[in-house]
Parts: sequence; C-alpha cells; structure tokens
Amino acid sequence: MIKFKLEPRLEIPVWMNVVIPVAAVVFGLFIGGILFACLGVNPFKAYAAVIEGALGSTFGLGEIIIKAIPLTLTALAGLICYRMLIWNIGAEGQLCMGALATAAVVRYFFVDNCFVMFVIMFAAAAIAGGLWGGVTGFLKSKWGVNETITTLMLNYVAINICEHFIYGPWKDPSSMGFPFTPNFPDAARLWVLNGTKIHAGIFIALGVAIVFQVLLKRSKWGYEIRVIGENPRAARYAGINIAKNILLVTFIGGAVGGLAGMSEVAGLLGRMNGGFSMGYGYTGIIVAWLARLSPIYVPLVAFLMGILLVGGDTLQVAMGLPLASINILQGLILCSVLGAETLSRYRLRVIHRSAKGETA
Amino acid sequence: MDFFIAILASAVRSGTPILFATLGEVVAERAGVMNLGLEGVMLVGAYAGFAATKATGNPWIGIAAAFTAGVAVTLIHAFLSITLMCNQTVSGLALVLTGYGLSALLGRNTIGQTIDGLKPLAFPLLCKIPFIGPVFFQHNAMVYISYALVAFLCWFLFRTRAGLNLRAVGENPRAADAMGLNVIGLRYFYCLLGGGLAGVGGGYLSIVYAQMWIEGMTSGRGWIAAGLVIFGLWNPARAALGAYLFGGVEAFQLRLQAMGSSISASLLLTLPYLMTIIVLTAVAIRAGKGVLLGAPASLTVPFRREDRD
Repeated sequence: MIKFKLEPRLEIPVWMNVVIPVAAVVFGLFIGGILFACLGVNPFKAYAAVIEGALGSTFGLGEIIIKAIPLTLTALAGLICYRMLIWNIGAEGQLCMGALATAAVVRYFFVDNCFVMFVIMFAAAAIAGGLWGGVTGFLKSKWGVNETITTLMLNYVAINICEHFIYGPWKDPSSMGFPFTPNFPDAARLWVLNGTKIHAGIFIALGVAIVFQVLLKRSKWGYEIRVIGENPRAARYAGINIAKNILLVTFIGGAVGGLAGMSEVAGLLGRMNGGFSMGYGYTGIIVAWLARLSPIYVPLVAFLMGILLVGGDTLQVAMGLPLASINILQGLILCSVLGAETLSRYRLRVIHRSAKGETA
Repeated sequence: MDFFIAILASAVRSGTPILFATLGEVVAERAGVMNLGLEGVMLVGAYAGFAATKATGNPWIGIAAAFTAGVAVTLIHAFLSITLMCNQTVSGLALVLTGYGLSALLGRNTIGQTIDGLKPLAFPLLCKIPFIGPVFFQHNAMVYISYALVAFLCWFLFRTRAGLNLRAVGENPRAADAMGLNVIGLRYFYCLLGGGLAGVGGGYLSIVYAQMWIEGMTSGRGWIAAGLVIFGLWNPARAALGAYLFGGVEAFQLRLQAMGSSISASLLLTLPYLMTIIVLTAVAIRAGKGVLLGAPASLTVPFRREDRD
C-alpha cells in the first residue's frame, strides 16, 4: 500500500519561489484546456486565439495595457488589506464609487483647467472609494463584522447605485436610450498617448505600486501591518493598535480602488456607461495573489492577466464563447497557484507500506 | 390582509433557494470548512438542473443532477482546503470564478430556452389552515422538503451521536482525532454534502423559480447565503428565518416595482444586500455584548495530524 504524506520543509529553496508559481499557472491552463475540450471547444484553437488576439498586434498590446492599469490598482487595493489578513474583496464596489464620484465632480464642479480638474477628480475618487472601503473597516474594527461578506454586499450596492445614475438622472439625453452619461469635456480627460488608448492611469498605477512597496518594506507603519498579518498575537503584545490599522488599510485600499474607477472613466472611456467595470475588482484579487502579495510584482502580473482578458475578448468575438468562459481559466489558475503554495511549504513524501503495516 | 399573505408566501418561495445553500453551508462550517464558493456552486447546480430536466423531462432528475454537480465542483474546494490546507477564503473565491465560467460556457447555447419545471403542489390538509396554509403550504414539493430538512438538521446536529461527531470535528479536531474519528474523512463528507445542497439551491432557481437558464442567474444569492450562516449563528432553524427574511425583502422589492413605485428599480435592488450588512452588524453587536456567537472554534483552521499546537 502506498501512502502520501505532507511534511513541512525546513527551508524553501529560492528557485522554488519562481518555478512553482510558473508551473502552477501552466498546470491551470492545462486543466483549463482539458475542460475546454470536454465542453466541445478546441483548446488549441482557443489558446491560439487568445495569443493571436493579445500578442499578435500592437493594437492587442495596447489593449493589454489598458486592462493592466485597472487590474494593477484593484490588485493593490486588495493587497494592502490581505497583508493584514483583512479579506477585502470589495475593489469592484470601490472602483464603481470612484467612477461615480469622478462623474459627479465632472458634472457638478467642472473647472475648465485640466490640472485643477485632475486634482479634483483624483481627490473625489480616492475619498469616495476610501469611504466605501472604510465602512467595512469601521464595522470590522468596531464590532468584528465579517469583512468578506460586507465588502461583497457593498459591491452589489455600488453597482446598482451606478446603474441608477447611468440609466436615470445622468443619462445622456442624446444617447437614444443607451445607458451612458454625456462625454466628459476635454479638461476632464486624462492624458492619452498619441494614437493609442493608453492613458495617464498607467502612471497612477505604477506610482501606487512603488509607494506601497516602499511603505511595506521600509516604513514603521508597513512593519506594523506585516506583524499584524503574520502574528496578530505578537502585534497585540507589542502594543500595535489593530483597530486603527484596520480602518487605515481599508480606507487606503478603498481609495486605490476608487482611483481605478477614475482612471477608467476619465482616462479610457471619457464617460460612464453601463457595465463599465468588467469585473476588474474580482480579477484584481487573483492578480494580488499571483504576485504573492508583493506590490512590486503586481504590474507585471496584471500585464500577464491582461493577456488572458484580451484573449477572452477574442474568444468571444472569434469563437462565439461567452466572455465569462475566461473566468474558468482565472479560477483554475488561482486554484492551482494556491495548491502549489502548499507544495512549496511542504514536501510530499511517498511511504511504501506492506500489508502488515511495516515500513518497507 | 391578502397583500400581507401574498408577500409572506412569496418570501417563502424566494427564500427557499437561499435556504438550501445556507443549510449546506451550516453543515460544512460546523465541520470546520468554510466554503465561500457557494455562488459558483449554485450556478453550476442551476445549469446542471436545467440541462438534466430539459434532457429527461423529469424535474426530480434535474434536482438530483444539481446535487451531484454541486458535489463535483465542491470537490475542488475540499481538496484544496482539507488536503492541501490552503487559505479557504481564496480557495472559495477561486471556486466562484470557476463555477461562474463553467456554467456560462456550458449554458452558452441554451440561454432563454424554457423547461417544464416542478409543478405547484398544495400540501394536503395543511393548505386549508387559514393564514398558515397559503403562506407555507401552497408552494411545491421542494419547499416542503426544505422544511423537513431544517427539522432533520436541527435534530441531527444537536441530538444525535453523528451530529456530535460532526460538531467535534469543527470545534476541536485534535480531540475528535483522539476519540478515533476520521477528521479528514468527515470534513470531506460534510463539505461535499454542503456543496450538494448549494447545488440543489441553484437547481431550485432554474427548475422551479425561473424554469430556464440565465447566465449568472444566482445574482449574489450564494454570497447572501454565506452571510446568513453567520446571521443564523450556525443554527439551521435560525438560518431558515434569515432566508425567509431575505426572500421577503426580495418579494417586497419586486412588488413595489410592479406597483410602479417612483423609486428606481436599481435602488430597490440594493435592499437585500444592505439588509445583509445591517443584519450581520446587529448580530456582531449582540455578540460583543456577551451573547455566544457559536462560530465553530476551528472554522477555517486546517487539520494535520502531525502538527502540535
């Protein structure tokens, strides 16, 4: 009889930190391919379409980048909370509220100067997203309300509030019934690279990634967060104020999520339209996890995830598959990366045993 | 009065799918495994139930298929969280994505097709009781099964040896192990059973409620169920109360829309979600005042025989 046993590794070899996640992603794609084949979709054709659509042209490359921008921001929004073991999955709602606040200031506080307008939009989106995330932090730190559920419920609330405005009071009168707001004036648009759709949100995304990396690695506050995340009991003994830090990370995370919303509506779309978010908040969670909660890797992972998303669009157009089919791949990759983490922490030992139970 | 009865009756009807998922999650969490992937499991159950009913014309085979499909996708979560001891929050999330995508891909060619689902069935005799009859006993067989399930689980969890074992595995797996219980095996069993019930909840949506398949048709009900487990303090009877409360909010919201209320549909749709937050907060505040919350002590804590704590 053969038995398998997991034994903790005393030391994790350095090469494993690279090889295991990569192997896990490949494994996830492999299982996804098998699943596609079982469901009557040719996996080779599907993956070829993904690669062709995403990497086959400069247009595709641009598309990847404009998807990587919100993904980086939503991933960072979650990441800062996960480092403290706060399971904030509300980036989707924070993104919506950031976008809503941006559209609101453009509508009601418009100033015809692109610098002033940028500052106003930036602040509005960050505050709106921050408060939206902070509500969860407040409930969590004051009464211990489960943050996973509240952030998720707030996502649905935020999406519906946005729809209320897009379909109702803010709808463009000349839209012939389609749900979108009027186009933003030029001063309320972010800088866009000539001939592409790549916008200034890229600087916000990279900036936040660098700031987070420095904060977590080099500041006293970042150290506190890491201690709370790795050993809450030690943190309490050390006199670290956990409640205050919960409020702080949920607010900051929310603010970054809000910025993702601003960069989408003011950078990419130039208006708010129905279903503008595309689930970036949820995909961001995977990105954060694949980057092993290290801010500096987030933009890279977001780019790779962008390939998958752009490929998903191609799958929809070229093969007529629902956009959500790409969720299978995302889910399987996340599963396989998660499982692989265990295999890097533990060694799999095979024990051969004879029927009498003696170890052979 | 009629209006009141109608609201309560539709509260029961729309609460039932959430109830099945909530009961499943109560069982799984009592054994120490938190499955946040209910939303994905329900969707797969909903599609499987729809497809099997369409193929065979028999809604009961559909319900069985929904259960089986729920068990099958939950196997991913069970393997990751029990055997590989992964983070259960993230694993549950991965399950939502996988389930959503899987059901969307499977159902890509059948969107909008209708099936002959489960027929309404008044419960003999009991349906004649004034007030109680129309509210509770003029629905369909699945609703009556859910009543029986609530009663059974209350008895099973708190009055039987097997129920005690189940709770022991979730409270103190080390002691349970010392008692000679197979912790890993029991956790697998109850986690998968919970997934199966969530699948049935999804199946109810497609077979009884909508009688068709719509992509993403659970629209957050799985997540609400996960919240209701906390609201119900891991108790099947209280979970039922919560599920009907939510069914009630949903029914109320639909009725307001139908009456042409001036409040926009989108804003009314936020009600069930806001309600979850308010209810969870109320429970947490009471818990802070010394009311025992009753969360299983080893919820989300993986068990490895060789570890010593």
